[in-house]
Amino acid sequence: MKAMDALIAEMPAFAGLAPAQLELIAGCATNVRAAAGEHLFREDQQADVFYAIRHGSVALELHVPARDAVTIDTLHDGDLLGWSWLFPPYRWEFDGRAREDTALISFDGVCLRGKCEGDHELGHELMKRFAQVIIARLQATRLRLLDVYGVGAPA
Amino acid sequence: MESVLLPELQPAGRSAPGPMVPERFRVIERRQETADTWTLELEPVDREGGLRFLPGQFTMLYAFGAGEVPISISGDPRVVERLVHTVRAVGSASGAICRTAPGRMLGVRGPFGSHWPVESAAGRDAVIVAGGIGLAPLRPVVYEVLSARDRFDRALLLYGGREPEQLLYAAEFEEWRGRGLDIVTTVDIAPAGWPGRVGVVPTLIQRAAFDPAAAVAFVCGPEAMIRFSAEALIERDVAPDRVHISMERNMRCAVGHCGHCQLGPAFVCRDGPVFTFERMRSAFTLREV
Repeated sequence: MKAMDALIAEMPAFAGLAPAQLELIAGCATNVRAAAGEHLFREDQQADVFYAIRHGSVALELHVPARDAVTIDTLHDGDLLGWSWLFPPYRWEFDGRAREDTALISFDGVCLRGKCEGDHELGHELMKRFAQVIIARLQATRLRLLDVYGVGAPA
Repeated sequence: MESVLLPELQPAGRSAPGPMVPERFRVIERRQETADTWTLELEPVDREGGLRFLPGQFTMLYAFGAGEVPISISGDPRVVERLVHTVRAVGSASGAICRTAPGRMLGVRGPFGSHWPVESAAGRDAVIVAGGIGLAPLRPVVYEVLSARDRFDRALLLYGGREPEQLLYAAEFEEWRGRGLDIVTTVDIAPAGWPGRVGVVPTLIQRAAFDPAAAVAFVCGPEAMIRFSAEALIERDVAPDRVHISMERNMRCAVGHCGHCQLGPAFVCRDGPVFTFERMRSAFTLREV
C-alpha cells in the first residue's frame, strides 16, 4: 500500500511539492470512499474538509426550490474538490454527491490551515495551487456564460 | 501531402458544369437529429455515380427560391453514392433546406475547400474535439479513422454540447466505441440523472487519455470553443502545427473570388475551411474580422 504522501504527490494539484511539504499535508489526510449517490457534503454545512478525487466522479449540485437539483459541474479523477475550507465563513456553497463509487483523499481543512499559519511557505504554495484551480473553474464558467451553442450563437 | 489512408480517393472534383452552377440532387432521406437540426441524404440527378469528397470539405447547398449556404459534408467518404449533410436551421435558407422533404430537389455545388489531414495521424493518436454541430464536419474523420483503426494508436472523441438532447449522432456512439473509439461527452446544462459530464469541452482536454507528443488533433465547433480547446491542447504540449481547426465564415462563391469569407490573408472557402490553429491563431482576436 502506498504511503499517504505518495498518494498525494500523484494528484496533479500537488505535483512538485517538496517531500517535507507532502509529509506535512499527509498528516492532515485520510483515504475515504463514497458510494454512488452518497453526499460528501451539503450546501450551507460547515466546510472543514476538502477532497482530491483518486477514482470516480462527484457532482456539484445546487438545490433549486420546485426543481430537481441542478448539476453545476462534475469533477473527476485527479480533480480537487472544495475550497470553502480556505475562506470564512467556511461553509459549503453547493452539495457534493458521488455519481459512482468514488475513492478520495479527504483533507482536514482546520488541521491544514493551522499548518499553513505555522509554515507560510507551505501556505503560499497551497494558495498558489488552489488559485490555479479556482481560475480554471472561473474561466470554464465564463465560457459557459457565452452559451456558444445557444440559439442565435454562431454555428 | 501524400495520402496514406485514402489511396483510392481521388482529389475532389468540381461540379461537372462548372463550380458556379448547381447540380440537382434529390433528397432521399431526412431525419431530425435535434430540435433544430436535420440530416439529409441526397442522391445526384445530373451525374453518374456519386460525389467524391475528402473529410472536412463542404458543398454549397441551394434551396431553390430561398438561398444557398455552405454546409460541411457529414457522411462517410467511402460511401459516395449518398451525399450526407447535417444542417442546423438558423436562417431562411438553412431552414428551407431542413424542411426539404424526401423526393424534393436541392442544388449542390462542390465539394470545395481543404480537408482534415487524417493521414497525418497514422501511427499517432487521433484526437477529435467537437462542440455542438461541429461534430458534423468531423464525422467523416471518425469514419476514416474507424475504417483503418489499426493504423492509429489511440482514437479519441471529446464532444460537448449545450444539453444532452443536443448531442448529435448519439445513436452511433456505441458502435463507434465498439470499433475502438474512446468517447467522452460533456454538456453545459444537465438535467437530473444525466450520467455524463457537466462542463465545457476544453476542460476535457486537460486529463484526456492521449500522448501529446504523438497527438494530431481535429477541432470544430463554435469559434470560442475552438479557440479555448486549441489552447488547451497546446498547453498539454500538442504541437501547434498538429492542431487542425475548421473555420466558418460567410462563404458565397466558394471559389475564392467574391471575398465575403476573407479572414486576414486567407479566403476560408478556398484556403480553408480546415487550417492549422498555428496559421489562424491571430485571427481569433482580430476585432475587425
